[in-house]
Amino acid sequence: MINWGVILSIAKTHLLTKLKQTTTAALGVTFGIGAYITLVCFMTGLNKMLDDLVLNQTPHVHVFSEIEPSQVQPVDLYAEFSNTFNVVHSIKPKLTQQRIHNARPILDQLNDDPLIRGAIPQIKAQAFYVAGTIELGGNITGIDVMEEVRLFNFKDYIVQGSAVDLENNTNGILLGSGVADKMSLKVGDRLQVRTIEGGIFPLKIVGLFQSGIADLDNIQSFVNIKTAQRILGEAENYITDINIKLFDIENAVSLAARIERQFDLKAVDIKTANAQFETGTTIRNLITYAVSITLLIVAGFGIYNILNMLIYEKMNDIAILKATGFSGKDVQLIFMSQAMIIGIVGGVLGLLLGFGLSHVIDQTAFDTEALPTVTTYPVNHNPLFYLIGITFAILSTFFAGYLPSRKAKRIDPVRIIRGQ
Amino acid sequence: METVLQAKHIDKYFEKPVRFHVLKDISFSIQKGEFVSIMGKSGCGKSTLLYILSTMDTAYKGELYLNNELVTGQAHERLSHVRNRDIGFVFQFHYLLSEFSVLENVMLPAKKLGKKSFEEIEADAMEKLRLLEIDQLAKKRASRISGGEKQRVAIARALINDPAILMGDEPTGNLDSYNADNVFQIFKQLSDEQGLSLLIVTHDMDFAEQTDRIIQMSDGRIVV
Repeated sequence: MINWGVILSIAKTHLLTKLKQTTTAALGVTFGIGAYITLVCFMTGLNKMLDDLVLNQTPHVHVFSEIEPSQVQPVDLYAEFSNTFNVVHSIKPKLTQQRIHNARPILDQLNDDPLIRGAIPQIKAQAFYVAGTIELGGNITGIDVMEEVRLFNFKDYIVQGSAVDLENNTNGILLGSGVADKMSLKVGDRLQVRTIEGGIFPLKIVGLFQSGIADLDNIQSFVNIKTAQRILGEAENYITDINIKLFDIENAVSLAARIERQFDLKAVDIKTANAQFETGTTIRNLITYAVSITLLIVAGFGIYNILNMLIYEKMNDIAILKATGFSGKDVQLIFMSQAMIIGIVGGVLGLLLGFGLSHVIDQTAFDTEALPTVTTYPVNHNPLFYLIGITFAILSTFFAGYLPSRKAKRIDPVRIIRGQ
Repeated sequence: METVLQAKHIDKYFEKPVRFHVLKDISFSIQKGEFVSIMGKSGCGKSTLLYILSTMDTAYKGELYLNNELVTGQAHERLSHVRNRDIGFVFQFHYLLSEFSVLENVMLPAKKLGKKSFEEIEADAMEKLRLLEIDQLAKKRASRISGGEKQRVAIARALINDPAILMGDEPTGNLDSYNADNVFQIFKQLSDEQGLSLLIVTHDMDFAEQTDRIIQMSDGRIVV
């Protein structure tokens, strides 16, 4: 029969009379858990931000028509040479059109696919920006503005003006901030665009964007897809790229392969394009957990130590308790409950500490060129981390308390009493 | 007469440092209300015997009955319960839980037994303290009272569950003659007035001579 009231009251008295040691032990857990929560919230926040940085603006599958030498040469097709060894020197690719042939029906079909959240067209073109006497080379991309906003968080990178302005203005251009700086242009100014073919086209600057990658911001600008077609003097079915966003990024590889097979186009999936990216995320998570577990193990050893000392100090008490009818199990429970109280109190305080620290970090200013929309450090407040934290605290104190308390259970009262 | 405690052919060996036959074929019994003392030279095994009788030491041969119930070979949990309910123990050193108050020390075994409500236990404990004339110390920390007082608190604690037998391992050994006499008077009174059985190991000849019966031990055997 276990009388919890008595056991807990003894545990409580032990803890309160040794308040200093109790506090030290609990603080060990508090700092361990607090550091874990702070670290994991901050790290996963950072991970998520970096993921978003790449994943949100990168299409899961990028479809385009690439100029490349044919894999199969006419000589290979000729039956008479099928058993011979053919050498063809100096193979050159054939000049094909840059546009995706039959782009509209392909787009319609892709948009009907249940795996695909959205497939949107783009037109990529080289051009010169002309303002006064200055002429700069650059890239102009024609986009379906509102779809880009919906699927690729395009809005986040517009630092002046808005996406709607670009959508509504067929003579508007969203200029890279680097280009604007170099040419001393601001929103509302006019600028001319000269295509490679030589056509000159006046446009009005409706906004500036900043992707965070200087090389890109120095050359890139966006226009409405119709504007791009007009600048290039092409028809409405002229589309050079299709960007696809999926519901589940895991399907990217298989879908890319399917598109290549089905439409005879080049399709690059995000996993191939950003293979190093996932490795980074995994390693950052690994570091976070390694550091947190180390902290908790240190805290666990602190508790182990303090309980061990406590049990040596309380040898006489243990002998008395046993002599007056407390069983070994009762004594073990007394010391286990002390460990658990330290663990739970320390753990809960640790959660509060972590909560406080992660919110302080969340409020800390974080100014970075790379991310114009991010003003404070990214923190991921996930309740799951708090659950893991408290579970960890309870588990580690359980093990730290288990060994010393088992020793207390086994103490032979006769030896202690005789030993006096 | 009712037999409270009975030992049959108890043999005990110490294994360390060398095998040593401490108790040799000990058999005796204690009746209800009897005040018995065990005497003998240091090392004759009287304390060892007492720890066996108190059920704390289980490594022995022979049989031990408490209230005509065989306790030898019982599980530790069960022995703890028997100790809690039927045996009161007073040691040479005071052995109070120093962080608890006097009252809490006395109440602890009763709380463990869990037969009564907190209020009843508290009332019982106060009554035992009054019986031993230390009720004014109830709220003091156990570490803040004198040696003689501590021993009386220990007796009150031993009595809290109204045990069948009270055992003492030289309970007066560490007290001055005034306090020793005081403790003896308490034992005598408990034996006479409440019919409590007592088994006290002692060195003190004066003490032993005033008890109902003396068990004299020598070299692990009962001599008289």
